[in-house]
Amino acid sequence: MFLYVFTGLIVLAIVLGADWPKIRNSFFQWEVIRDMLPEVLTIGAKNTLLYTALAFAFGLVLALALALMRRSDFAPYRLFSLVYIELFRAIPALVTIILVGLGLPLAFGWSIPFGTAGKGMIGLGVVAAAYMAETIRAGIEAVPRGQMEAARSLGMSRGRAMTYIILPQAFRIIIPPLTNELVLLIKDTSLLFVIGTTPLSKELTKFARDFMTTSRNATPLTVAAIVYVIITLPMTYVVRRLEKRAGAGR
Amino acid sequence: MTAVTPVISIHGLHKYFGELEVLRGVDIDVRSGEVVCVIGPSGSGKSTLLRCVNLLEMPTAGTVVIEGIDMTDPETDVDAVRTRIGMVFQQFNLFPHLDVMGNLTIAQQKVLDRGQDEANEVATRMLERVGLEDKADEYPSRLSGGQQQRVAIARSLCMDPDMMLFDEPTSALDPELIGEVLDVMRGLAGDGMTMLVVTHEMGFAQHVADRVVFMDEGLIVEDGPPSQVLLNPRHERTQRFLRAVEHD
Ligand SMILES: Nc1ncnc2c1ncn2[C@@H]1O[C@H](COP(=O)(O)OP(=O)(O)O)[C@@H](O)[C@H]1O
Ligand SMILES: [Mg+2]
Repeated sequence: MFLYVFTGLIVLAIVLGADWPKIRNSFFQWEVIRDMLPEVLTIGAKNTLLYTALAFAFGLVLALALALMRRSDFAPYRLFSLVYIELFRAIPALVTIILVGLGLPLAFGWSIPFGTAGKGMIGLGVVAAAYMAETIRAGIEAVPRGQMEAARSLGMSRGRAMTYIILPQAFRIIIPPLTNELVLLIKDTSLLFVIGTTPLSKELTKFARDFMTTSRNATPLTVAAIVYVIITLPMTYVVRRLEKRAGAGR
Repeated sequence: MTAVTPVISIHGLHKYFGELEVLRGVDIDVRSGEVVCVIGPSGSGKSTLLRCVNLLEMPTAGTVVIEGIDMTDPETDVDAVRTRIGMVFQQFNLFPHLDVMGNLTIAQQKVLDRGQDEANEVATRMLERVGLEDKADEYPSRLSGGQQQRVAIARSLCMDPDMMLFDEPTSALDPELIGEVLDVMRGLAGDGMTMLVVTHEMGFAQHVADRVVFMDEGLIVEDGPPSQVLLNPRHERTQRFLRAVEHD
């Protein structure tokens, strides 16, 4: 009861004390919002989703390979996978992105094609793969041993048993954590500004940030934030539903 | 030639898990059409013996010969031989992401390269054999333990195996569900299937087995017809085990 009164008083103080016109002017200028449309969606949001999808797809394939190598009988594969995972989880994503986007061209005079999309896919995907590999490995290990044994005793090779019996079950288990990785990835696309963008390849954050130079207030950030929420909220909602269902199923 | 060659022929089988010697020189032959029941206390190495037959465990020493093929020979295509050895587990190990039909057809399609129609037809026949033709579209989680185990037996039968291994197939079942699984197994035995069965069901061993093998501490203590091993055991260790089982 005391907590309610106390919290109420603080809220009241903020509501009365805040300079509302100033806040509205800085964060909610209708003209600015109008000016940002529709490009904030057709360029900013579109690129954010595009980079996310590319990096996620590339990262997932790489992560699957790493997870399988991590469990291989062949020791060098296990070592490679371990070093990769630990390395790219240790380095800030920003460093990896700079390395892929700017380091490679400097070092070899060759850069990944397709501009921000190509560099973003590789740079972000390389990092995401390190995290997702551990998730996939955990999923594979969560499938009971008897499943592999039953499959093998029916004459399936290890590869077939993996493909048709183990991985389908593993992926079902790891849909929630994988969706979380996807949400993190959406936000990490905002790091891609460091490798330089063209007017048409800006993602949401860069688009909003550049718009601030003309709007001269913070409204573009508000717009970007709202779009991020609109994109990620359904995903986190689905994850929560799935986790609830998985929890109830046990 | 094939009439005299045992279907399963195991000689001098040793298995270590690290320092632990779980099988200490096991010899056993199973001839075509024979039903051999393996009994013995928990931890005596019965499961390990069975798992060495289809190489789920790699023997440390000794030979495992299936229909004349040496399983421990690195040249042997173990996957191919495994299709001829059905295996039924204590925990059923059905594939939970597939419905019953999927469980019965996946290996037919991916291993034997059968088409969908043929695989479905075989699966339906085997489901009839275990009395579950009406469960084709169910998922395993919706079946009782007894039904799951019968599906697992049908799944093995779909590969047209020459022999079947059973590792305590009724031990995970509620008592009232044991009978339906034993009935299916009795039917298989009657049809002439070669069977190696680890079980605690003494009634089944006595009435269905051609031979009973008593194992203890990684060794075969006694091997003979049920009337001898179960009713007039020669070894003191066998007598003690049977007395303990009776008091359950
Ligand atoms: N994969 C394994 N690793 C280590 N020890 C094992 C393994 N499998 C079985 N064992 C041990 O081997 C012994 C025999 O086990 P098992 O063959 O399962 O006996 P049973 O089926 O007769 O109960 C037990 O002591 C068990 O703990
Ligand atoms: Mg056992």
